[in-house]
Amino acid sequence: MIAGVLQYEFLQNAFLTGIIIGIIAPLLGVFIVVRRLSLIADALSHVTLAGIAASLLLEKKVLGLSGLNPLYMGMAFSVAGSLFIEKLRAVYKHYQELAIPIILSGGIGLGAIFISLADGFNTDLFSYLFGSVSAVSRLDLWTILIISVFVIALVILLYKELFLLSFDEEHAKASGIAAKSVHFIFIIMVALVIAASMRIVGILLVSSLMTLPVAASIRIAKGFKQTIFLSMLFGEVSVLGGLTISYYIDLAPGGTIVIITILILIITILVKKISSMRPA
Amino acid sequence: MAEPIIEIRHVSYRYEKENVLEDINLTIHEGDFLGIVGPNGSGKSTLIKQILGLLKVQKGSIKLFGQEINRFKEWQKIGFVSQKANSFNTGFPATVFEVVSSGLTKKLGLFKFFGKAEHHKVLQAIDSVGLLEFAKRNIGELSGGQQQRVFIARALVSDPKLLILDEPTVGVDAKNVQSFYEMLEDLNKKFGITLLLVTHDIGTISDKVTHVACLNKNLHFHGNTAEFESLNISEMSEIYGHDVHVLTHNHDHHNHGGTVR
Repeated sequence: MIAGVLQYEFLQNAFLTGIIIGIIAPLLGVFIVVRRLSLIADALSHVTLAGIAASLLLEKKVLGLSGLNPLYMGMAFSVAGSLFIEKLRAVYKHYQELAIPIILSGGIGLGAIFISLADGFNTDLFSYLFGSVSAVSRLDLWTILIISVFVIALVILLYKELFLLSFDEEHAKASGIAAKSVHFIFIIMVALVIAASMRIVGILLVSSLMTLPVAASIRIAKGFKQTIFLSMLFGEVSVLGGLTISYYIDLAPGGTIVIITILILIITILVKKISSMRPA
Repeated sequence: MAEPIIEIRHVSYRYEKENVLEDINLTIHEGDFLGIVGPNGSGKSTLIKQILGLLKVQKGSIKLFGQEINRFKEWQKIGFVSQKANSFNTGFPATVFEVVSSGLTKKLGLFKFFGKAEHHKVLQAIDSVGLLEFAKRNIGELSGGQQQRVFIARALVSDPKLLILDEPTVGVDAKNVQSFYEMLEDLNKKFGITLLLVTHDIGTISDKVTHVACLNKNLHFHGNTAEFESLNISEMSEIYGHDVHVLTHNHDHHNHGGTVR
């Protein structure tokens, strides 16, 4: 396979993108999980689908837009969706989780309308839903790389604030840090990372790459930094393992990646159980 | 005379139709350990929220460190510990060290990183609440009383002059409550931190605090602990609006039902 990666540009694109999202998806995932916002990732990935469908529709119906990269409109929709979620969470102060099904179904609804307006697509929609090894272009790779550098830099710079916001939102607000702005930046980063990850793992499985490695590491990690580190490690192992397997036996990479994260999760649960049975 | 740290003058507060505080006057001086006691719904929390700037002062005035509260900027001088042991996510994957470090977030400021000095400060704060050996444990592995100490360390790490505690022993088991208050007494005496403790449990604290204020919509009593102890039962009943049991702090108050509720 290494020869294949060296030889074919599409494989290089897929693997390099995989390496990047294997780091950034779990990195943001840690904050998402501990803040109990796991479902936001799901809602935003479905909004991303609407963006991609809109982009494909424009490409098909409007002449001169044939070079449109669906990734960009997917990102735009995802970011817009994140802003709507925040707005709705403010409107439904006592039912904040309501924002998620509203945005999620809104995303699917729009997506379905765009798809039917286009009378189906030539492009393989299946690859957007479940990910694809061959679909990542060089331009996608560059876009995703830029987003990742931006996201990692922001997480490092705002680490203290993100930690405080995650651990104790009320204290964060009372202590006078710019909690609202930090949260706003965080949600935008999540939206961007979801759009970036969807090429490899697919829209339906993006949220699992953000949450499952975290679910595994939270079982065994000591402290927050170790949780982040293990989550990224598990994410990376899953992405590289999943891509390799899907390359050899021609499967959708999203599926294999997710199944590996679940295997890791089961192993960590077992490890925890065995180590707690042993007398201290 | 010690400097006044909090000056509350003629403060009243109403929620829609109901008065919760009426004409409160209260001064807290540097080095005081003031216990504010009162039954549920007596306006204790409302008063605290106003002091912390979480509620706007409707009527009257509050001065913090000699400054009008709406012009007060030095919030890092005030540490706050709420009834946290109950409400935080105990599964949160953070060590005691990390939680206490988060108390420096505001003081350090945006885009500033943790250095050696901060590291040392955090360890010092953890030590001052007697949890040094637990520094690397996840916070969820600690008992309720220990967790509450962690939150005190988080408040202490930014060197506050004043520490406000709102019912800090809720969710702490009875046998640890005593040592918790002893630790507070230490903070007050050894480190000279001014303490404001809100509680409904005057029985346990009356030999630890230096001053007591009894609140039930109005301020019924404010003075030092010795004066408070000389209050007789009928005066206490007046404050609480119903009969209270004998208040004896030197004995095990649980047996005597000495807790004023």
